[in-house]
Amino acid sequence: MSAAVTERSGTTAITWRTTLRERPIIPLIGLLALLVVAIDVADPGIVTPSWAGVIVRASIPLAILAGCQTLTMLTGGIDLSVASVASMAGFVTATLIHSPGGVAEGIVVVLIAAALVGLINGVGIGVFKVHPLITTLGMSFVVDGLANVWQLQMVQTGAGVPHVLRVLGSGTIGDVIPYSLVVFVPLAAVIMIGLRRTGYGRLLYAIGDNPVAARLSGVRSWQVLILLYVISALMAAIAGLLVSGLSNTASVTLVDTSLLPSVAAAVIGGTSIFGGRGGFGGTMVGALILTVLTALITVLGLPEPTNQVLFGSIIVIVAAAYTRVTAES
Amino acid sequence: MTIATATTDLMLEATGISKTYGAVVALKSASLAVRPGEVHALMGANGAGKSTLVKILTGAVHPDAGRIVVRGRERTVHSPAEARRGGLVSVYQDPSLIPDLDIRANLRLTETPLEPFRHWLAEFGLADLDLSSRARRLPLASLRIIDLARALAIEPDVLMLDEMTAALPANLTERVLEIVGNMRGGDRSVVFISHRMSEIGSVCDRATVLREGETVGVVDVTAGSEERIVDLMLGQIVDQAIPQAKREERRTTNGERPRLAVQGLGLDAKLYDVSFDVHPGEVLGVVALEGQGQDELFEILAGSRRPSGGQIFVDGTGVSFHHPADAIRVGVVYVGADRAQALLMQRSVRENIAVPFTAHLGRWGLIDLTRERRIVDEAVRRLQIDARAGNEVRRLSGGNQQKVTIARWVAGGVRTMLCFDPTRGIDIRTKQQIYVLLRELAEAGAAVLLYTSELKEVQLVCDRAIVIFGGRVVAEVDRADADEATLLRAAYHLQSGAALPEQLAASAAEMATGGPTTGTTEERVVSA
Repeated sequence: MSAAVTERSGTTAITWRTTLRERPIIPLIGLLALLVVAIDVADPGIVTPSWAGVIVRASIPLAILAGCQTLTMLTGGIDLSVASVASMAGFVTATLIHSPGGVAEGIVVVLIAAALVGLINGVGIGVFKVHPLITTLGMSFVVDGLANVWQLQMVQTGAGVPHVLRVLGSGTIGDVIPYSLVVFVPLAAVIMIGLRRTGYGRLLYAIGDNPVAARLSGVRSWQVLILLYVISALMAAIAGLLVSGLSNTASVTLVDTSLLPSVAAAVIGGTSIFGGRGGFGGTMVGALILTVLTALITVLGLPEPTNQVLFGSIIVIVAAAYTRVTAES
Repeated sequence: MTIATATTDLMLEATGISKTYGAVVALKSASLAVRPGEVHALMGANGAGKSTLVKILTGAVHPDAGRIVVRGRERTVHSPAEARRGGLVSVYQDPSLIPDLDIRANLRLTETPLEPFRHWLAEFGLADLDLSSRARRLPLASLRIIDLARALAIEPDVLMLDEMTAALPANLTERVLEIVGNMRGGDRSVVFISHRMSEIGSVCDRATVLREGETVGVVDVTAGSEERIVDLMLGQIVDQAIPQAKREERRTTNGERPRLAVQGLGLDAKLYDVSFDVHPGEVLGVVALEGQGQDELFEILAGSRRPSGGQIFVDGTGVSFHHPADAIRVGVVYVGADRAQALLMQRSVRENIAVPFTAHLGRWGLIDLTRERRIVDEAVRRLQIDARAGNEVRRLSGGNQQKVTIARWVAGGVRTMLCFDPTRGIDIRTKQQIYVLLRELAEAGAAVLLYTSELKEVQLVCDRAIVIFGGRVVAEVDRADADEATLLRAAYHLQSGAALPEQLAASAAEMATGGPTTGTTEERVVSA
């Protein structure tokens, strides 16, 4: 048709691209809204404040795990040990409920254990330069195995999810606002401020963008990476505690199914798996999108495997979209 | 294989070849005519377009325009494999074997007949080489020879040797030159690229000289033609209207402690006994042809690489750098030519400039954004960076990108700056701003070490210059004498002092074989 039309659509495309590149969170919120509308159409009246509370509550552990992926992906890495660490954390705390120190002892023990896992990950990746995928995958097996050993040891003692975790994980104020926000809001604030306003956050982006440039600027990346994987493991442990509280279950495989969704939420949220690009804001929306999507599938009465097909497809499509819009034309 | 139709008596004729990369003109109008049975030198200063021309001839790069005729038939070469089948084979500076395949598999990839290959290996004295060993496990010199033997085994019409001898020990170099020399008068031709005038003098019949992407002359190689070749490479020194950077005569540095002192620095097969001082307030130029060890020298000084011998002193204190951070801590900062290596392309100008501020573990906490903005803005203003597209550094122009890499260090205050060809591939205005900046830094008491591939920069910016050839400092030139002709002659190691090439050959032989070798190749030049 006319040149004017072509030009107009060209301009629109550029604006759209620029928006997606600079502020990926805006189209993401649009997508989230779309899904909420869809679910309300599928099951009129389902969308209420308390429904929103349920969605937020379910999203929080996923958002934290996706936060682990976001931070590690910013440096060009990934943390596949988060699900194992999270499961281990929930399970070990539950088994230690009758110990002298009670719940506090359990939490301290699992945080120390998680930090150790992160330390090993970080040393493997930062010092021995083993690829993060391999290192963290390997560590996930190690943690799984150790958790099973622990299970065999503790089989005779009584176990149960501590009351405080149940309240924290599943309780709500006025049936709307989940208590887990008490944990999540400060954590999210620390992550977001950390990424934007601290030297450490800058270095995560720097290492992911160009490790050679970071090195030439005097950055010793092993220091950054060791701390990073320790932080990631600690966050995973916190997420695990919340999941066990939410589901009132203690199992060594409790969080395993959240591993790939955690990667998916980060990718959907606009964090590049190649490093140097992204942030936690998009990741939080990504976690919400996945949770609403799961709810939508449930409402539609589709079988559980559909969930997997949709998750997989969305990751690939969104990743392809990001690659297209962020590539320099 | 080609059928010789003999419509012309030239083996290879390339005319009107041009190639531009974005705004950079690599070749304007290059031509090359090679006769059968000739060893033909392709000469030119850094960036004259030699490598681009060879890559075009062998199909690795497509020209924008031009005509290539081999044995009288016009060719459009689309890939190195096609060029090989058409009789054009090149051996590049770097080994082109796949490291994880064994030699036999590598040969198969290029359809190399095995028997001739073994024959040529034997000619080079590598008869006992195990063809089932992986390329990765072989020493560099052997790989170069394998490359060459492979090329010879294909029996190409035109063999192109691009800096083939650069990484070879002297005894092998001589063997290679002998074999290349033996090809003279046969029915095949050789295009020979080398920075060593002695090699040109000993094996080449004629030389084509490129300057700024154009063929400026073809010279018969005889005694004394080196001078003619150098003159052609220099051409009329075009005054590109670069005003002199503001400068004052430097005070004498006698008795003053050097900011950076290098003593006897060595690196295996790359650098030998390199010593020099850089004083506060001084810009010391480093002049060298490509691949003479200057890259390694700068890497060592910047803390990216460990030397195998020698000492570095900063302000009189011996230092040992294990990481760039060690160098930065004592005020030695590095600006490279490769901006893609130095910049965080997806991050903002501000973050790029501020990276060194937060590199240290003690600075990982909250950033004082007001202070950071003040420092960064000051650096941006000082370097006149056009930061309008500053959200992502990759959207800046090359010149602005380079300014960002410099601003990163200027922002923190410069004590010692290592600049490795900082003006490579950037526009003339930015170049000039960088010259002025370097002078200003020096006048403010910084010590600057500047390697440049543009010889005219030496007189514009430097107080004096050292010349590196074959990993050694072979000359020191004062600014007053550092005109392009002098520097280029020095860089090609063509001083009037006749003893020098011999010394060089002897030392090269020493390092390669541990024993003396004959100096036949060099003597021809010396007699010139």
